[in-house]
Amino acid sequence: MSDIQSRGYVKADVLVSTEWVASNLNNPAYRIIESNEDPLLYPSGHIPGAVQVDWTTDLNDPLRRDYLDKAGFDALASRIGITKDTTVIFYGDKNNWWATYAFWVFQLFGHTNAKVMDGGRLKWEKEGRELTREVPTYPATSYSAPERDDTQIRAFRDEVLAHVKAGLPLVDVRSPDEFSGKKLHMEGYPQEGALRGGHIPGAQSVPWARAINPDDGTFKNAVDLKAIYEGEKGLKPTDDVVAYCRIGERSSHTWFVLTYLLGYQKVRNYDGSWTEWGNSVGVPIEKSV
Amino acid sequence: MANYPAKLAELVEDFESITNRNERAEYLIEIADRFSSVKVPASIATKPYDESHRVPACESDAFVWATENPDGTLKYYFDVLNPQGLSAMAISVILEETCSGRPLREVAALSTEIIFSIFGREVSMGKGQGLMGIVNMVMAEAKRRL
Repeated sequence: MSDIQSRGYVKADVLVSTEWVASNLNNPAYRIIESNEDPLLYPSGHIPGAVQVDWTTDLNDPLRRDYLDKAGFDALASRIGITKDTTVIFYGDKNNWWATYAFWVFQLFGHTNAKVMDGGRLKWEKEGRELTREVPTYPATSYSAPERDDTQIRAFRDEVLAHVKAGLPLVDVRSPDEFSGKKLHMEGYPQEGALRGGHIPGAQSVPWARAINPDDGTFKNAVDLKAIYEGEKGLKPTDDVVAYCRIGERSSHTWFVLTYLLGYQKVRNYDGSWTEWGNSVGVPIEKSV
Repeated sequence: MANYPAKLAELVEDFESITNRNERAEYLIEIADRFSSVKVPASIATKPYDESHRVPACESDAFVWATENPDGTLKYYFDVLNPQGLSAMAISVILEETCSGRPLREVAALSTEIIFSIFGREVSMGKGQGLMGIVNMVMAEAKRRL
């Protein structure tokens, strides 16, 4: 049994190890995709054969605050040379924060042949594995995705409002200071995006990175994850859970953990998150400072 | 931009003329490669660093220090604890190379807008906040000595 299989995850095959990736670099059935917060990382060196998917330029609509549409996803899939049969393997910086975000967007278009490299870029680098600056090119493919499905894993503001009124669980994955409402302004200028500080009423605070082993960026095992989300916070796999952060990126990491590693049946990512909620007129807010 | 330190104004103009995303990235990586030259020496600070030097909202764990030169100008030092924080390293190098030794009024009059000129308008919200935080810390050190 591999290390990942031994950790007790409900859907362990959603993760692959760095060793596995290293031994599948030239396998055409897989496409390795790097997604980072820092746009300088991929050009500074990446896993041989990996393509870059950048959240600002590839995954977001250039004008509206929304994700790309079907035509945009088809074009992206064609550019990186994948078909529906290609298994995409995401990895990136910040403990795979952006990798899970890209993974989540790919699920909006039903590309379920998707995995995440456990430990991300940090573990790959720490193991001294090869990085290259050579940007690969793959023959363009013809890809026809279904229309984006926003109903299963994505939550909108009014749905979250109904969720709050129903007393259903929410997970706020921001830092404790953001959750409490203490942190509203950075030195010298107002914190971008939110006029009000605090959290959505009823939300539990679980900073996203608690799911990670900080030394190598790997996910904690199922026992440790359950201790956090279930032991401390009282969530259950059958719960209807909404996760949020500031713009929906960190919460996609928690969505991934709850959905795949712990097997929760209904978890949605509220990508409007605090930048929408904290600016909305009339929505309820709780503060703990 | 007219009141920025001259070297910074030139650099900002250089970056504003770059329209190719890859070319911009290459230039910034080249700059980040010089980070060791601006890294805080043990004579100024050792880990664990005093939290008062931490840049707020910087996900790359950046820190800024300033020491006074005999002529009253400042010498800036930086550290970026996240080894993957290349953008934070690049802006640290840029600020040290263009603001150390410059009149305090020039440094105090910087604008966080330089982040968008240097990194491009598509810089992410989180990334932008951290990078602007580094600029703000450098400006704050100059302002409080004016």
